[in-house]
Amino acid sequence: MSDLFNVGLLLSAMRLATPLLLAALGGLFSERAGVINIALEGLMLAGAFTAAAMTWWAGSPLVGLVSAVLAGAAIAGVHAVACIRYRADQVVSGTAINILMLGVPALLSGAFFLSSGSTPQVPEKNLMPYTPIVIAALLVPLTYYVLYYTPFGLRLRAVGENPEAADAAGVSVKRMRYAAVLISGALAGIGGAYLSIGQSSLFTRNMSAGRGFIALAALIFGKWRPVQTMLACLLFGFTEAVAIQLQGVHLFGGEEIPTQFVQIIPYVLTIVVLAGFIGTSRAPRALGIPYQKEK
Amino acid sequence: MKLLRELLFPVIAVLVAFVVGGIIVWIIGDNPFEVYGLLLGSALTWPDGIGYTLFYATPLIFTGLAVAVAFRCGLLNIGAEGQLYVAAFACAWVSIKLGGTVIKDFSGNPITYGGMSLPAVVLVPVAVLTAMAVGGAWGAIPGWLKARFGAHEVITTIMMNFIAVALVSYFTQYYYKAPGDPIMESVPIGAAAHIPRLGSFVPGLPERLPLNVAFLLAILACVLVYVFLWRTKWGYEIRATGANPSAAEYGGISVRKQIVLAMAVSGALAGMVGINEVLGYRYRYYHEFSANYGFTGIAVALLGRNHPVGVFLAALLFGMLIRGGIFVDAFSQHVTKDLVEVLQAIVILFVAAEALFRGPFSKYGLLKRSKV
Repeated sequence: MSDLFNVGLLLSAMRLATPLLLAALGGLFSERAGVINIALEGLMLAGAFTAAAMTWWAGSPLVGLVSAVLAGAAIAGVHAVACIRYRADQVVSGTAINILMLGVPALLSGAFFLSSGSTPQVPEKNLMPYTPIVIAALLVPLTYYVLYYTPFGLRLRAVGENPEAADAAGVSVKRMRYAAVLISGALAGIGGAYLSIGQSSLFTRNMSAGRGFIALAALIFGKWRPVQTMLACLLFGFTEAVAIQLQGVHLFGGEEIPTQFVQIIPYVLTIVVLAGFIGTSRAPRALGIPYQKEK
Repeated sequence: MKLLRELLFPVIAVLVAFVVGGIIVWIIGDNPFEVYGLLLGSALTWPDGIGYTLFYATPLIFTGLAVAVAFRCGLLNIGAEGQLYVAAFACAWVSIKLGGTVIKDFSGNPITYGGMSLPAVVLVPVAVLTAMAVGGAWGAIPGWLKARFGAHEVITTIMMNFIAVALVSYFTQYYYKAPGDPIMESVPIGAAAHIPRLGSFVPGLPERLPLNVAFLLAILACVLVYVFLWRTKWGYEIRATGANPSAAEYGGISVRKQIVLAMAVSGALAGMVGINEVLGYRYRYYHEFSANYGFTGIAVALLGRNHPVGVFLAALLFGMLIRGGIFVDAFSQHVTKDLVEVLQAIVILFVAAEALFRGPFSKYGLLKRSKV
């Protein structure tokens, strides 16, 4: 058993935590500003597809990464316009984005690459296996600083907690929320790019496989705070790494260890925290409530 | 006039979605009119097109009703996907256990999975009720978590979806998969649990079409949901809770109870997808069978204005799209069946962002929001 838990496992946990962390930090911006973002899954897919397609086309992972950021932000823009301008239900709009991003990449790859939902393989020299990890690691202190030590961060938190007061103080609630949602798309886009041109070498249909939702879970488990969210992502990355290691491992009796029970740990933990069994996780007070200026 | 107003808005949303979808098709390089002709034409032929359309609509009626009932209580049930998985598995489980399933292993020796062989008259109702009860219980958990601890149902139902898939995959993989079967599926259910295909008694409908009695159950469910929501005390209390929880509480309604009740009913309706899938179509539990039925149910409920009649019509529309999508995949130049998902998503976005249309239309007194 002991040889299962080694340095390799920790490294693999860090690699698996990276896309979660990028998406979760994105979600943090959006939700601290009061806009629910269950579209993280779809935003990651947008980033993953764009990164793979553009890296393949331009032959440069940097072009891929930048395009993924733009694509994530653009799709998040749709969510933002629906939620902020047209006061759509934020969960419903997020669900629509998730379904949209199952379809659009598959539709485009079918049309341009004549495949059933995947991009061509990106050559290994054009992959980006480490940069996103560094970006994710740097983003944690940066997010912390921006959120708690800059006027922008103060305003962002204010529109998420008490938009009326922020408005009265002269902060544009709408503008802050647009900015926050666009940032969330950009970060989730990097997370998606890491999936396709970092961990893998092409985009495949629905390749995020629920990671956007785990990122959301990590955000809640981390109580909508940057450092705790990072720890939650590392924990969830670790459980995923353990689940992968345990696959096909047999106990002394010859019985296989069911990995399903390791896989559900993040979800169970999130429910437990949400229900307040271990500490409490309090959402930003104006989360999910569209803001309408009083006439 | 009121009905017309109710209908007008969803129809506009669908038309706009088709226009946007058409532009996407055109950009990709196909003729939108040809693609839509193919999409709708192939879904309306008799008997195959219509048979398959109704078959694909069946699970969507159930999930659409499920989401609608929760919506009426002010809850968003994103967990229909998980509820239908546990329900379908449980449905298969009783139909294996009580249906006397016996299979042969490599050397021809029988392996007994089901110790008891109940007759169809008992087994089918038991299997149906199991699906509803288990789906209902899975839905009631997030309801209880919200009522008791204030845990947001959107997050808990999403988490419960993943837990459901993992649990069901565990039981399938380790207990109910035939030895050596490379596919993640259970052993077949007992023959007594099969429910008839409509083709076996509807004249002109061939029996090879998978459309089955579950479709009739879905229509019945629409009627019962209507009666439940608008003709019973519980339904009234659920709607009152959804319209204004504080007023409902003040009026002597236990909001907490309504939340659990609405989520249980919602889960039970989602669970009925298992009847169509297991008892009427595959005759076994097939892992990850759901083509996003739970999430599409959200679109169906929204487009159908959270009303059973609307849900039924919206489910038919999406059923047509799924059926037609398969033909688009096969016969169009560039466009794949993924167009269907894109159309669904655009419909949801437009229905959700109602204000987009309400602005220009309300000027002319159209599209006023009707009462709950």
